[in-house]
Amino acid sequence: MERAVLEMHQITKQFPGVLALDKVDFDLYPGEVHILLGENGAGKSTLMKTLAGAHEPDSGTIVVDGREVRIRNPKQAQALGISIIYQEFTLIPYLTVAQNIFLAREPLRWGMRGLVDRDRLYADSTAILKTLGISVDPRSVVSTLGVAQQQLVEVAKALSLNARILIMDEPTATLSDQEIEQLFGIIHNLKSRGVGVIYISHRLQEVGQIGDRVTVLRDGRSVGTYNVADVDINTLIKLMVGREVMEKADRRSLPNAPEALRVSHLHRNGVLHDVNLVVREGEIVGLAGLVGSGRTELARAIFGIDPFDSGEIVLLGKRLVATNPSLSIRLGLGLLPEDRKSDGLALILPVKDNVTHASLTRLFPSFILDFRKERAIAERYVRDLRIATPNIFRQVGFLSGGNQQKVVLAKWLATQSRVLIFDEPTRGIDVGAKAEVHDFMRQLARQGVAILMISSDLPEIVSMSDRVYVMREGTIVKELEGEDINQETIIGYAMGKGEGQ
Amino acid sequence: MLRSYLARFSRGIALLALCVIVSLATPVFLTSDNLLNVARQASLLLILSTGMTVVILVGGTDLSIGSIAALSSCLVAPFFLRGASTLQIVLGIILGLGVGAVLGFLNGLMISKIGLPPFVATYGMNQIARGIALAYMAGNITYGFGPTFRYLGAGMLYGIPVPVIIAAAVFLLFYFLLSKTVFGRQVYVVGARPSVATFSGISVPETMLKVYTINGLVAAFGGLVFISRLNAAEAGLGETFPLQAIGAVAIGGTSFRGGIGGVTGTIIGALIVTVLTNAMNLLGVSTLWQTAVTGAVIILAVVLDQGLVAQGVGAALVMRRNRRVRAEA
Ligand SMILES: Nc1ncnc2c1ncn2[C@@H]1O[C@H](COP(=O)(O)OP(=O)(O)OP(=O)(O)O)[C@@H](O)[C@H]1O
Ligand SMILES: [Mg+2]
Repeated sequence: MERAVLEMHQITKQFPGVLALDKVDFDLYPGEVHILLGENGAGKSTLMKTLAGAHEPDSGTIVVDGREVRIRNPKQAQALGISIIYQEFTLIPYLTVAQNIFLAREPLRWGMRGLVDRDRLYADSTAILKTLGISVDPRSVVSTLGVAQQQLVEVAKALSLNARILIMDEPTATLSDQEIEQLFGIIHNLKSRGVGVIYISHRLQEVGQIGDRVTVLRDGRSVGTYNVADVDINTLIKLMVGREVMEKADRRSLPNAPEALRVSHLHRNGVLHDVNLVVREGEIVGLAGLVGSGRTELARAIFGIDPFDSGEIVLLGKRLVATNPSLSIRLGLGLLPEDRKSDGLALILPVKDNVTHASLTRLFPSFILDFRKERAIAERYVRDLRIATPNIFRQVGFLSGGNQQKVVLAKWLATQSRVLIFDEPTRGIDVGAKAEVHDFMRQLARQGVAILMISSDLPEIVSMSDRVYVMREGTIVKELEGEDINQETIIGYAMGKGEGQ
Repeated sequence: MLRSYLARFSRGIALLALCVIVSLATPVFLTSDNLLNVARQASLLLILSTGMTVVILVGGTDLSIGSIAALSSCLVAPFFLRGASTLQIVLGIILGLGVGAVLGFLNGLMISKIGLPPFVATYGMNQIARGIALAYMAGNITYGFGPTFRYLGAGMLYGIPVPVIIAAAVFLLFYFLLSKTVFGRQVYVVGARPSVATFSGISVPETMLKVYTINGLVAAFGGLVFISRLNAAEAGLGETFPLQAIGAVAIGGTSFRGGIGGVTGTIIGALIVTVLTNAMNLLGVSTLWQTAVTGAVIILAVVLDQGLVAQGVGAALVMRRNRRVRAEA
C-alpha cells in the first residue's frame, strides 16, 4: 500500500475547562476520502485546526509525507499542502470573489509587492471556477452572493492552493441537493488526482456516498477507524452517541384546532407574492422549497424583520397589517433565524445572556434582573438540550458549532412563544441531538404550540411535518397532507412540476 | 491560572503599582490633603466617563459632551447667582439637565434614525452647541454663585468633598443600570451584535436614543458640578471633556467594538489618569509634557489589555467555576 500522506499520533489539546482532544490517532492516504464523525463538541473541528495551524496541539506528533512537522500558523500549513474549508465562513464580505480566492497571495504585476495584477487575478479566478464547474462571477462582491454560492467560493479558494490534503468541515450544511451533487463531483475529480480529503459532516447518508474510510470521535477520543464498506449507519450512530437513536415519524392531523397563525395575500415587491398559509395550534407545518425560493424572506416578513407591501397576518386572533419583532414576540411569535452567527447569537456574550435575550421583558417584568431565575433557566436548557459547555458563563463563541445552534434553540424555547418559526433548526446538529431537538419540537406541539418549520433537509420535512407547504419563486405552490408528504412529491413541486401546461 | 487572575485585575494592580511608586517618589502623595485633592479631581472625570462608558458599550462615541456641558450650564447659570432661592436653584438644575438630555436625544436621532456615524453626528453637535453657547454668552462670564449651589462642587460632607459623593452615587447608579437591569442587558446585546438584538425583539434605534439621551444628561450634570466648583460659567468650558472621558474608558478596558466592558473598569481608568496627573504635578513635571505622558499611558494600557484581558476574564471565571463544579461532584 502507498505511504500515508498524513499521520497524526496521540494528539491532545486542552482548552480551559475542556479536554477537546485526548490522544487521538488519525491518518490519510492520497486519493481517499476519510470521513470524520462525532457528536457536537466531540473535537472534530479542533482536530482539523491543529492541521491548519490554527491551534497547536499540547502533545502528540503530526507526520506529513513521512516527515514530522510542527504547524504553527496557516502559512506553514499551506506550504505543506494542507488546505481547510472552515465550518464558519472566512470570506471577506466586501471583497470580490477573485480577491477572496487569492487573498494575501494575489498575482503581482512586475513582481512588485503591493501592485496587484488585476487582469491575471480575474483570469486565474475564472479558470479555477471553470475547472470546478462553479458558475459564479469572479467580479461579484461576496456579500451579494447567497450562502450556497459563498460555500462554493470557499471550495474554490481552498483548491486554488493546489492542496494535497484538503479538509472540509461540514461543507454541505448550507448546500442544496443540486449543489451537493456538484461538490461530490469535484471531490471525485480531486481523488483521481491523488488529493487526500478529510470530510466532516453530520449528514450520515454522505458517508456511503463519498467516503472510503471513517473515523468516529467521541468526547475528544477516537473510538475507531473503519472501512466504509464494513460498517452500516446504525453502527456508526451507536459509536458516535453511545446509544441507539430512534426516530419515528408520526403524523397528526388537526383540521379543527384553532388557527394560531394565518397569513393572507402577503406581498413584498420582487420577493413574495400572494402568500397564503395557516398554522394551527399543536401543528408542525413544514415549509419546503429550494434554496432561494423565498422561505426565509417569508419568515422575516411575518416576524417583522422586513416590511411587507400588502396582505395581512392574523396572529393568535390579532389582525396585523404591519409587524415588528418586539411586537411579534410580545404577542407570542418567535423566529429562530437561519444564520446563527450573524442573527442568532452574540458570540462575545455568555451562554446565559444569550439564552434570555429574547425573553428579557417577559422574564423580568420589573426591568430588574433576577440572577437566580436567569441561572435556573439557562441551566435547565443546557441540561435538557444537552448543550456541551463547561458552564453557563462561557462565551458562546467558544462552543462548537452544533452547540451554538442548540443555544439558539434554547433562546427561542425560553420565550415560551405560542407560535414558533424554525428556520433550518437542525443545521449542523449531530444525529443524536437532532433526534432530541425533534422530540422537543413534538413535545412543544403536543403542548399546543404552533410550529412552522423551514428546512432544506427533506427527510426532516417528511418525518416531522403534519402538513407541508411547498414554496417556489416567492409563493406557495402546493399544500401537501398525509400520504402525499414524501420526498419525490415535494421535490417535484419545488422544482416547478406541472407548471406551464 | 495565576496569569488569568492577573489579567482580570490587571487594571487594579496597575493603579496600585502606580500609587506605590508615586508615594515612594514623593511623601506628599499619601497625605490626606493630597488624596482628597485627587478624589475631587477624579470626581468630574468619573461622572463624565460613566456616561461615556454606556455610549462606547453600544459601539458608539460622543464628542459633544464638552459643548453640551457648556451650553446647558451657561443657559441656566443665572438661576444660581447669589441670592437665588432654593426653588430657583432646583428649577435651574432641572432645566440644565433637560437641555443636556434634549441635545443628547438629538444626537441619538441623528445616529439611529438618519444613520449618521456617531463620530460625525456628535462632532457636528459639538460645533453647533459650542457655537450657540458662544453666541449666547457673547464673551461674557456668569459668576458669583450662591453658597447653596456652590455646595454641589465645592462643599464638604463629613470631611468628604461633595462632588466625590456625587460621583460615587453616579457610579453606583450606572453600575446597577448596566449589570442588574434589562436595559443594561439590552445595551450589551446592541453593542455586541445589533442584528441579534433586532431578532430578539430589542429595538436598536430605541436603545441608541436612550443611551445618547442619558449621556447628554450626564454631560449637563458634569457641567453643573464643574461651574459650581469654578464659581463661574463661560462658553468655552469643557473643551477637553470628550477626549478625557474616552481616554478613561479606554484605559478602563471597555471595548470600542461594543459589548464588552463596564463602569468598574472605567472608575479605575479615571483614577489612573488623575493619579498620573497629580503625580506629575507633585514631581514638578512641566504641564507641557504632562499631556504627552498621559497619551503614552493610554496607548500602553490598551496594548497591555489586548494581550491579557481577551483570554483572561473569560478563562478566570470559567476556571473558578469548574473547580467549584468539580468540588461539588
Ligand atoms: N477556542 C476555544 N476555546 C475554548 N474551548 C474551545 C475552543 N474551540 C473549541 N472548544 C471546545 O472544544 C470542544 C470541541 O469543539 P469542536 O469545535 O472541535 O467540536 P466539533 O466536533 O467540531 O463539534 P460540531 O459538530 O458542533 O462542530 C468543545 O467542547 C468546545 O467548546
Ligand atoms: Mg465543528
